[in-house]
Amino acid sequence: MQITVTVNGTTYTSDVEPRRLLVDYIRNDLGLTGTHIGCDTTSCGACTLIMDGKPVKSCTILAVQADGSEIRTVEGLKRDGQLHPIQKAFKEHHGLQCGFCTPGMMMVGSALIEQNPRPSEEEVRWAISGNICRCTGYQNIVAAIQAAGRELAERG
Amino acid sequence: MYPPRFEYSAPRSLEEALDLLAEVGDEGRVLAGGQSLLPMMKLRLAAPAHLVDINRLPGLGSITDTNGEISIGALVRHADVATDPTVAAHAPLLAAAAPWIADPLVRNRGTLCGSVAHCDPEGDWNSLMLAVGATVVATSREGTRTIPIADFVVDFFTNALRPGEMVTEVRVPKAGPRTGGAYLKLERKIGDYATVGVATHLRLDESGRIAQAGIALTSVAPKNLKVTEAEELLVGNEPSDELFAEAAEVAARTCQPTSDVRGPAEYKRAVVRTYTERGLRRALAEARGEA
Repeated sequence: MQITVTVNGTTYTSDVEPRRLLVDYIRNDLGLTGTHIGCDTTSCGACTLIMDGKPVKSCTILAVQADGSEIRTVEGLKRDGQLHPIQKAFKEHHGLQCGFCTPGMMMVGSALIEQNPRPSEEEVRWAISGNICRCTGYQNIVAAIQAAGRELAERG
Repeated sequence: MYPPRFEYSAPRSLEEALDLLAEVGDEGRVLAGGQSLLPMMKLRLAAPAHLVDINRLPGLGSITDTNGEISIGALVRHADVATDPTVAAHAPLLAAAAPWIADPLVRNRGTLCGSVAHCDPEGDWNSLMLAVGATVVATSREGTRTIPIADFVVDFFTNALRPGEMVTEVRVPKAGPRTGGAYLKLERKIGDYATVGVATHLRLDESGRIAQAGIALTSVAPKNLKVTEAEELLVGNEPSDELFAEAAEVAARTCQPTSDVRGPAEYKRAVVRTYTERGLRRALAEARGEA
């Protein structure tokens, strides 16, 4: 089946089998391997990307369902060679250790601070509650998302 | 993990979708949010030959206030239920329960109607629907029929839909005055299924007696369990801690929990007792305007 999807501003037209998962389409067909596959059962959030403005788990969406939609992955965070505030904040606040959950955490975090640049700690924890990290204990992830929000708000 | 092969259609109109469903019959499944169906297909617990994706159908994504009821369309996501002002005003129990469904990312995609149709006894929505007395609207090429939720939830993953039918909306009575409810869910972590869930709903008459009562349980029977005996015990009576304790005892006696990774059966039964009592007290406080 033919689908047309815009990923990080580039439009792709591809022929996919209906059972192709969106995450595999993104990783294998488009070569955007920043989006990870963790549990493959809608539990861990490593495969989180932004589809039509909302963070979703791409292991539980078919590529054919994304036909006509606009997607942003972790590769799309950087602008004009500059890291997105969320990327800088994860680096500065040590928001990652092994890095496996990081793309998903940053996608959820960026979606949150675009809606609400000054989230409380509870709001951040609530927003990332569908994403699992096995290294950091979440503390620094929360701090990074809040710091990124502050930077975004100050930039106006 | 890949689902088994299937045919896929993405109709653009309800008529087209209903024609397809009529054609594929029992072999077909409606795909809405897909947050339960796709994982089941990946685990090979379900293998429909044909998926009819309804995400591109117009008009199914709205929540409307009609004739004393709130209508929730087949493409309304859990996240929409949590934030919709009509739901907040007229079905506050649903608005309060929505953030307890799965996790934020699943809630952006999964639908209330899909969850109702799925009839997973560990799903939360059907307990709420049983407690408030919702109605399911099923549509096929032959027309539309309304099914009371208690008749719709037939058994373990089994609903009352006929081949060729799909759920197009779920209708919930507006809460009205002197009404209150609670959904208490015990879960090991966010995103896990309920270890136990208890939905309670009360409406008082002008004298303060219980005019209507709804109690339904999640994850403790082969289907979401409406505790009719406890509801009947409450109706017509003056609310009291003793009465609520008695109703909770009935709920604990009626449920059929099994021991699993989430805990032993007797533990779950004890949680049903405690949560039913607690939920009724919260429902009462809300109905009296004290919450």
